[in-house]
Amino acid sequence: MAKINGEEINAKNALVIDFIKEKGYSAERVAVMINGEILPKADYAATRISDSDEVEIVGFVGGG
Amino acid sequence: MEITEEEFARAVNSRSKFPIYEKMKGAVIGVAGLGGLGSNIACALARSGAGTLIAADFDEVELSNINRQMYTLKHIGMKKTQAIKEIISEINPFCKVITHDIFIDGQNCAEIFNGCEIVCEAFDNAESKAALVNGLLLSNKEVKLISGSGMAGFGRANDITTKTVSERFFVCGDMKTDVSDGEGLSASRVMVCAGHQASKAVELILNR
Repeated sequence: MAKINGEEINAKNALVIDFIKEKGYSAERVAVMINGEILPKADYAATRISDSDEVEIVGFVGGG
Repeated sequence: MEITEEEFARAVNSRSKFPIYEKMKGAVIGVAGLGGLGSNIACALARSGAGTLIAADFDEVELSNINRQMYTLKHIGMKKTQAIKEIISEINPFCKVITHDIFIDGQNCAEIFNGCEIVCEAFDNAESKAALVNGLLLSNKEVKLISGSGMAGFGRANDITTKTVSERFFVCGDMKTDVSDGEGLSASRVMVCAGHQASKAVELILNR
């Protein structure tokens, strides 16, 4: 099982970009950390989430 | 009023069991954006004795900023970088403020904030927030980044938290209230978020 934003999920080797879309985020408004390391945006469509990965998808909202 | 740095340090350290000023004096902290979040973060850090702030924004102070930003009516029309420098000099004249009057993006952020141990992301725009976080965390493997996301509207102050995303990436806010939903922005709620960001920065410096 992978852990995505603290939740245990069967990631089924899915692409990061698919998870971003599933969560309702826009790729231009997120930062993705995999096992504590930032994932470059260019790699979203090519990186698969494997079991044991800890993924944090931070979606930003406007205001400041 | 003329004061010496020793007097200022003693005042910062008063009622504390351990020295705060001496640790804060050695800190170099970046503030990316000098609006509601950034102007409040910069002043809070200066009051705690921050030695060096790298403050960056391309914008000028306007009337619509006064509802939540540290500026006063006399600053309208001034560059935010110059206005914040002036305000901080009146709070803590021993705080060095290095300014960059520039639009920060994912490319130039590494150079602007070179040498910072901590950068507080304090932009208004969600895409700009994401661009800075991605750009800075990828290009600088040492810097700690404290971001703000979700502080529009009024009330619900307890919904604003500091989330530890990784050892060097923290996000403060309620993570969901978007200004584009039409809730407006208020000094009180923006200051709660700015307070979280500044507080995390001070904590990281005092605990190192």
